[in-house]
Amino acid sequence: MQTFHAEQLSLGYTAEHIIDALDLQLPVGKVTALVGPNGCGKSTLLRGLARLLKPQGGAVLLDGAAIHSLPTKQLAREIGILPQSPVAPEGLTVRELVAQGRYPHQHWFQQWSAEDEQALHSALQLTKLESLAERGVDTLSGGQRQRAWIAMTLAQETNTILLDEPTTFLDLAHQLEVLELVQHLNQQGKTIILVLHDLNHAARCAQHIVALHRGQVIAEGAPQDVIVEDVVRRVFGVESQILRNPVTGQPMCLPIRLAQ
Amino acid sequence: MAQWIVLRSRRLPFSFRLDGRLPGVILGLVLVSLAAMVINMGVGEFKIAPLDVLRTLFGVDTGVPQHTFVVMNLRLPRMLLAWLVGAALAVSGNIVQGVTRNPLASPDLTGVTAGASLAAVFFIVAVPGLPRNLLPVMAFLGALAVAVLLYILAWRKGDSPMRFILVGIGLQATLSAVIGFELTFGRIDLVTQAMMWLAGTVYASTWAEVNSVLPWIGGGLLVAVLLARHLNALNLGEEVARGLGTQVTRQRAVLLLVAVALAGVTVTVAGTIGFVGLVAPHLARRLVGPMHEGSQMVAALVGGALVIVSDLIGRTVIAPAEIPCGIIIALLGAPFFLYLIWQNRERF
Repeated sequence: MQTFHAEQLSLGYTAEHIIDALDLQLPVGKVTALVGPNGCGKSTLLRGLARLLKPQGGAVLLDGAAIHSLPTKQLAREIGILPQSPVAPEGLTVRELVAQGRYPHQHWFQQWSAEDEQALHSALQLTKLESLAERGVDTLSGGQRQRAWIAMTLAQETNTILLDEPTTFLDLAHQLEVLELVQHLNQQGKTIILVLHDLNHAARCAQHIVALHRGQVIAEGAPQDVIVEDVVRRVFGVESQILRNPVTGQPMCLPIRLAQ
Repeated sequence: MAQWIVLRSRRLPFSFRLDGRLPGVILGLVLVSLAAMVINMGVGEFKIAPLDVLRTLFGVDTGVPQHTFVVMNLRLPRMLLAWLVGAALAVSGNIVQGVTRNPLASPDLTGVTAGASLAAVFFIVAVPGLPRNLLPVMAFLGALAVAVLLYILAWRKGDSPMRFILVGIGLQATLSAVIGFELTFGRIDLVTQAMMWLAGTVYASTWAEVNSVLPWIGGGLLVAVLLARHLNALNLGEEVARGLGTQVTRQRAVLLLVAVALAGVTVTVAGTIGFVGLVAPHLARRLVGPMHEGSQMVAALVGGALVIVSDLIGRTVIAPAEIPCGIIIALLGAPFFLYLIWQNRERF
């Protein structure tokens, strides 16, 4: 994949657009975080980028081709998407779940090739799930479960992976577990676009941040350019102080009070 | 630990994987079905020892000339039909449960088989002149109409299991009332025919009936197994399935059509046999897990075995009178349904 961008993209569930005529370039090879308050349209945008939502105007272009006109199976070999809090069928094992990431590579009589097997193994390895492969997905802890779902999208072997709030409902350790995995995957060459609630998480794992408010991009760029007091006020309506993370050197947002 | 069995050709683009538990489970279920069939063919007014049943089936002379007629012409078609009907209902239920992601869904609980019954009763009572071989088509159309209605009313906006079941039960009740209405006001001789036909039973099955449903059910079962991987994807939820590249709307429609056809066809030869479509998929998942390559095959075998065993019970407990196997299955299935509701109580 060379380029991935939205052009005059309008998205919504009713006649009213949540995202209206948005232009957005998504850098290839980087981790991009979409941030913003509840209802700002960040999840809607991600769903649009993953063709889960049909544009009401404009297009999402992958190497210049509108993704909605591409065959869905072909697209599934380019872009993987993990929706918010998916639920696995009762009794499904980790291995069975991850193996289903191979769906877009399979055909009527070609349902478990040597490549499928290889992709399954490396997905389990990358997510450190080999020892849990025979466990039921419903018996795992929140963090392990999220890793299993990410492993399923990895088995898809796409260059780009979209994650919708992968850290929501997880405790601190499990949040870090997922963020570290995201960084690790990026080092392996994956382009990752994810929706995050927490600005400090975004600063920690993303090289590119897109701050959204009411469907508009308020700021985009490197963490130190986006996570500034003015942007935090305009996007979240919160007065804050931006500090430097003493360990990573990245900006850190300390909320002070609601803005007037 | 359940390993996979991988079948793969080095030269041809051919590869499959199956659950490691499958051979054992299939063998066990086949043995249970065969044993129940042989015992079942021996009981009744004309008793035959199981060994003699086997001899007759394999064409060995037993010394009793009636054996061949009773086994081959009367009882074997009944067994085959029972098995086919059970397998079709089970696979139909397994598909519906997978597509709707709802463990309580099945064609009989949600009025789909009642739709087939209504169409067929209407056909028998109101239009007596029409040829009988149109009956399967009418039953299928009736089942399809109810399935479409159910989809529109309950499922178009999100897949809430509770709403699906409630709407389904509502449809079921309405259809039963309409069937009752037709039976009350129909011509008495035609009503008697319809009543005979409605009772969930494989009583007095013939080779003609076996032949009439075999291509439908055989084809349906084969397609159901081949479509298993799409069903697996749909079972992960609509968004995940679309992310994986599934053509969700199309695969859903194809799978539900197969399910409706399977359930509708059984109604034409066995009336409405309830609960197989609900219970068998659960037992199958307990045996081989939720992946549908295996669970479709196992559900078929469980469903077949269930109907044959129920038929056996129905023929023996108050012999010489018979209880229709549909009633036996309901007696076993209704408590199971309550157990499922109880087990899923946090979900509602």
